[in-house]
Amino acid sequence: MYRYDEYDQSIVDARVDEFRDQVRRRLAGEITEDQFKPLRLMNGLYLQLHAYMLRVAVPYGTLDSRQMRMLAHVARTYDRGYGHFTTRQNIQYNWIRLDQAPDILAELATVEMHAIQTSGNCIRNISSDQYAGAAADEVADPRPWAELIRQWSTFHPEFTYLPRKFKIAVIAAEEDRAAMRLHDIGIRLTRRDGVLGATVFVGGGMGRTPMIAHEIRDFVTADDLMSYLEACLRVYNRYGRRDNIYKARIKILLHEIGPDEYRRQVEEEFAKVKALGIDPPAAELARITAMFAPPAFDPAAAGDVADRSDPDFAVWLDQNVRAHRQPGYAIVNISLKPVGGIPGDASADQIDVMADLAQRYGFDELRVTHAQNIVLPHVRIADLKAVWSALVDAGLAEANLDLISDIIACPGLDYCSLANARSIPLAQKIGERFADPARQRDLGELKLKISGCINACGHHHAGHIGILGVDRKGTENFQLLLGGSGAEDVSLGRITGPGFDEDGVVDAIERVTDKYLEVRETGERFVDTYRRVGMTPFKEAIYG
Amino acid sequence: MRLITGNDLATGDVVWWTGTDWSRHVEQAADAGERAEAIAREEEAARRVNVPYVIAATATADGPRPAHIKDRIRALGPTVRPDLTLKPADPAAGSWVI
Ligand code: SF4
Repeated sequence: MYRYDEYDQSIVDARVDEFRDQVRRRLAGEITEDQFKPLRLMNGLYLQLHAYMLRVAVPYGTLDSRQMRMLAHVARTYDRGYGHFTTRQNIQYNWIRLDQAPDILAELATVEMHAIQTSGNCIRNISSDQYAGAAADEVADPRPWAELIRQWSTFHPEFTYLPRKFKIAVIAAEEDRAAMRLHDIGIRLTRRDGVLGATVFVGGGMGRTPMIAHEIRDFVTADDLMSYLEACLRVYNRYGRRDNIYKARIKILLHEIGPDEYRRQVEEEFAKVKALGIDPPAAELARITAMFAPPAFDPAAAGDVADRSDPDFAVWLDQNVRAHRQPGYAIVNISLKPVGGIPGDASADQIDVMADLAQRYGFDELRVTHAQNIVLPHVRIADLKAVWSALVDAGLAEANLDLISDIIACPGLDYCSLANARSIPLAQKIGERFADPARQRDLGELKLKISGCINACGHHHAGHIGILGVDRKGTENFQLLLGGSGAEDVSLGRITGPGFDEDGVVDAIERVTDKYLEVRETGERFVDTYRRVGMTPFKEAIYG
Repeated sequence: MRLITGNDLATGDVVWWTGTDWSRHVEQAADAGERAEAIAREEEAARRVNVPYVIAATATADGPRPAHIKDRIRALGPTVRPDLTLKPADPAAGSWVI
């Protein structure tokens, strides 16, 4: 884990003091809401349907147990006993009081956390692979690079007022577990002839105009990566459309000038930026990298095997536990998607349980995933049964990773002031319709994603099945999309046709899955079958 | 009828204009009529409410019912957490929203 140095801590502490004074002035009437709103947003504080909402940054989704316990403490002390883990690998609290917000930020700062750059037209929290440092297929640990980018982008004076918000993901494996190509910039670390570098993708995103990022640089050496990123941002900052919020993202710039012209300009800028010497000295990179050194794995664990005699445990093992690169260890995925529950929500007590498990069995590490689940990246195989038993007791042992009930859902109209429709009740109904675990496993990997409006926080374009909530003359209506993916086989879903009411869309999904079971070939996931047979058979099944 | 709603500045609570003051309960909301926008401006300037806006509603036997589902959800609370709504003891309260 990265640990703050005195500079990190002092800028976060100073920010808390500054915000405390801004809140005091707002409450005293010295500044108006129009003046205050951009200031509170810079500290992650939104005004939502029922109250203020605080979004706390979890850098590249990585936490230790001390930080996780603080998240539970905030939920218990300042909110209503729960938090919502988001598709940006962050956490949101829904019931925050303005007059307590500075105290929350002060408490978070004591565990090296904050809410900076979780809103506004700046570089947002960096996303990464939740299996970083544990996956067998990574060429390097992406976290030191994500941390470096965090430091580079924090309060970067040129990039504090970009044309629009800006999201960066860093991965280091062929398998994309972070929806990398649906970010403004996606970085995939790779090695060429033994040299570490990156393939850089630019111009991806979801929202109103979903686009898949273009490969802009096949290979930039790690030594040049920060300069190259600076050049990518500079070209965007110069030419991005500030005149039209709907055209302000970098994806639109790439669409308008084309990837070749964008690449040409970036290369030109890169030549100038490189001379500035912003790439970190080797010693600084080594300092950061050392903080992500592998934990002290026990070589004696190599012979461990899990006792599969309990059938429920065996199912959970098969569904939620993934191979670790270290013999004798495993990656545990904790599903926050119980049938009938609220995707991504966890109570303060559950958050504490996960913190305890990380401390006791997981080298003190936790990760938040963009699919709104939690990962314990390093658990000894001999300890899996104990971890599972504790998760069962806490209501956290749903064995549904990547199945149809492992639904991504944004807060939707139950909480979000931008929403058109409620996402959560729909997720609950779908979960209940497909509640039978054997049926879910028979359907296999099926990523279902729901957004309550076109902003696509629920990644509906990237769902094998996606759902978008729309407002049809004041009533909730849902469009169905098929064929999207946020993984290495990235694709954008297509709308099936006319929308449905809440029950109608659940029925339509069942017709889609029935059709899949009817026409699938051996080994095909739902999305593979869709790609082979196309939309027509599904459309016929849905609309008759 | 025309209601004024907004949030309490310090707590963020959803509030409704009662004709003389602000209440958390939509049942107590009053028809602000043509003066709604002016009242909203005055009250915001006095910091008795934050980000007020005017909505349409219908008068019913149970009190005012906001025309749009978003404001009905604001009035009650999240439909997926009945325990956190203003009527936690009434499991049927959510049907008022829909
Ligand atoms: S997709 Fe829309 S409704 Fe859902 S959280 Fe984002 S802005 Fe809100």
